[in-house]
Amino acid sequence: MEPIIELNELTKQYGEQTAVDRLTLNVNRGEIFGLLGPNGAGKSTTILMMLGLAEPTSGTVTVCGIDSTRQPIHVKRKVGYLPDDVGFYEELTGTENLLYTARLNGFSRKEAVSRVEYLLDRVGLGEAAHKKAGAYSRGMRQRLGLAEVLIKQPEVIILDEPTLGLDPEGVRELLQLIRQLSRDEGMTVLLSSHHLHQVQQICDRVGLFVAGRLLAQGDVHSLSQQLFQEESIVIEVQVNHFPGGLLDALQQVDGVSRIETHDDGRLVIHCTQHVTSEISRMIVESGTSLLHLTQRQYGLDEIYHRYFEGREADEKR
Amino acid sequence: MRSDDKRLHPFWVIVQKEVADHLNSWRFYILLLLLVLTCFGSLYTAMMSIRDAAPSEDALVSHLFLKLFTVSDGTLPAFMTFISFLGPLLGIGMGFDAINSERTKGTLSRLLAQPIHRDYVLHAKFVAALFVISVMFFALGFLVMGLGLLMLGIPPSPEEFWRMVIFLLLSICYVAFWLNLAILFSVRFRQAATSALASIAVWIFFSVFFTMIVRLIAAATLPTQAADMNGWLSHQQFVQILLRFSPSQLFSEATTIMLTPSIRSLGPLTMEQIYGAIPSPLPLGQSVLLIWPHIIGLIAATTVCFGLSYLLFMRQEVRSR
Repeated sequence: MEPIIELNELTKQYGEQTAVDRLTLNVNRGEIFGLLGPNGAGKSTTILMMLGLAEPTSGTVTVCGIDSTRQPIHVKRKVGYLPDDVGFYEELTGTENLLYTARLNGFSRKEAVSRVEYLLDRVGLGEAAHKKAGAYSRGMRQRLGLAEVLIKQPEVIILDEPTLGLDPEGVRELLQLIRQLSRDEGMTVLLSSHHLHQVQQICDRVGLFVAGRLLAQGDVHSLSQQLFQEESIVIEVQVNHFPGGLLDALQQVDGVSRIETHDDGRLVIHCTQHVTSEISRMIVESGTSLLHLTQRQYGLDEIYHRYFEGREADEKR
Repeated sequence: MRSDDKRLHPFWVIVQKEVADHLNSWRFYILLLLLVLTCFGSLYTAMMSIRDAAPSEDALVSHLFLKLFTVSDGTLPAFMTFISFLGPLLGIGMGFDAINSERTKGTLSRLLAQPIHRDYVLHAKFVAALFVISVMFFALGFLVMGLGLLMLGIPPSPEEFWRMVIFLLLSICYVAFWLNLAILFSVRFRQAATSALASIAVWIFFSVFFTMIVRLIAAATLPTQAADMNGWLSHQQFVQILLRFSPSQLFSEATTIMLTPSIRSLGPLTMEQIYGAIPSPLPLGQSVLLIWPHIIGLIAATTVCFGLSYLLFMRQEVRSR
């Protein structure tokens, strides 16, 4: 696969503080990549450097084969950027706001009008096209922002915290829209977020970004494997009582690595493979009654959490 | 080619939008109203007092028309004085929130993510405001001229006409300086209120305190009685140079020369210099020559402000809100 965004040993320092620390990352053409990390991790700084809006202290950024630091104008022709907490000229209507952007991108008024109309329909703002942007709700603003990003027919779109401040339904709709747009237009999407679940829903790959460094990258499954080595699947079982030998029998199952027992009849089984059906069959056959069984895959939440636990432990030392 | 099909350069797209913004804003109407009041007020007082102001020497009567801009009966200041007072307000009003309002609205990062050079934004905002101001000044200047023509019944001579045009251009230069200063503060300060306050502080400093300070310095450095004529003369020149650090001083000297052709020099003249001089007005070319340094000074001050704001803006990190 051909990388469309290439970061190489990218570093940005503000005085003593290092915001981005020797970041090396590739994003492939056509994928949705999630940059995941807590506030202040350096996500926005990285994005600004990709657009040539901030100058790296060292390292290189190449987007669409163009050096962002040297030729920001050429990069900005191919990359759409939606800043977090995007603002519009409130006294202008949604259409007028987008027309301005379109004309800045070199469209004639006539071309701009038809393009803007199409895009506003596409993001579901056809009805509100002639309302003042000041009267838009947060979700509408975000969709207007998305339409704006698409005006220049970009190869890559970069969304900084696109779901911030939206209600759950708004988030779902926006993410659907992003996914659909990226599939239809064949665009590469890079989005940053600190919301794990949201990113998990639509991203092909995720980069975990903390304190200016990339901890791990890959799809959610391989990320959890990277971080939890073998024990990436957890099965939680609750039974009436433990018949003798059940624990030993379970321990023998291929793929089970560790079992924790709790007093209230709960078992937490860490496994390396999907063995749920086998385990449930064994429990039922052993004569006890199975009250409850859930299979949990480590989500980004746990990944996140585990990292922070580790960091706090480090700090205590 | 129809205008709808034309692809404008992004720079002119920004200028177009900024001009439209100015023309749609309340602030513009308020400033325009102030200026219109100024025009009619000063025109009125000029009409009241121009008869007394008509000079006795025949040679000077030819420049009566220019008196429209300079005479006053003491109740209201003349047009010239009004402009030197209101000009800064106009410039500050148009520029104090040029950049920081985009920043607080969160539109700056969106704007800069478009394929445009960063300095276009700064540049276009300056050009747009200057364009609006120029149109306003020329419209009002010509309005005063036209009304004066109707009321006085004397047409201006070509020379008077050019003197008035140069006066208007000078005023635009002067306002451009304040506009740039305000833009500089709008880049520097995040809050529009702070930047407005800073610009107004500079304005008040130059219009009130600066002359006081210069007078203090003048008094302190005054040569003793024993000093000869030359010592006194050089002291006088020194004070004048100090005064000219203020843009409003530059402007008022330049406009005075432009609109009052009978004034022959800005510095002190010795008796030998005056002796034998014919009391005739200066020709246009000579007047321009006399104020050339002032014009250059004003433009230089404007350029310095612009350069500084450019430098600051290019180095600033563009974050969203």
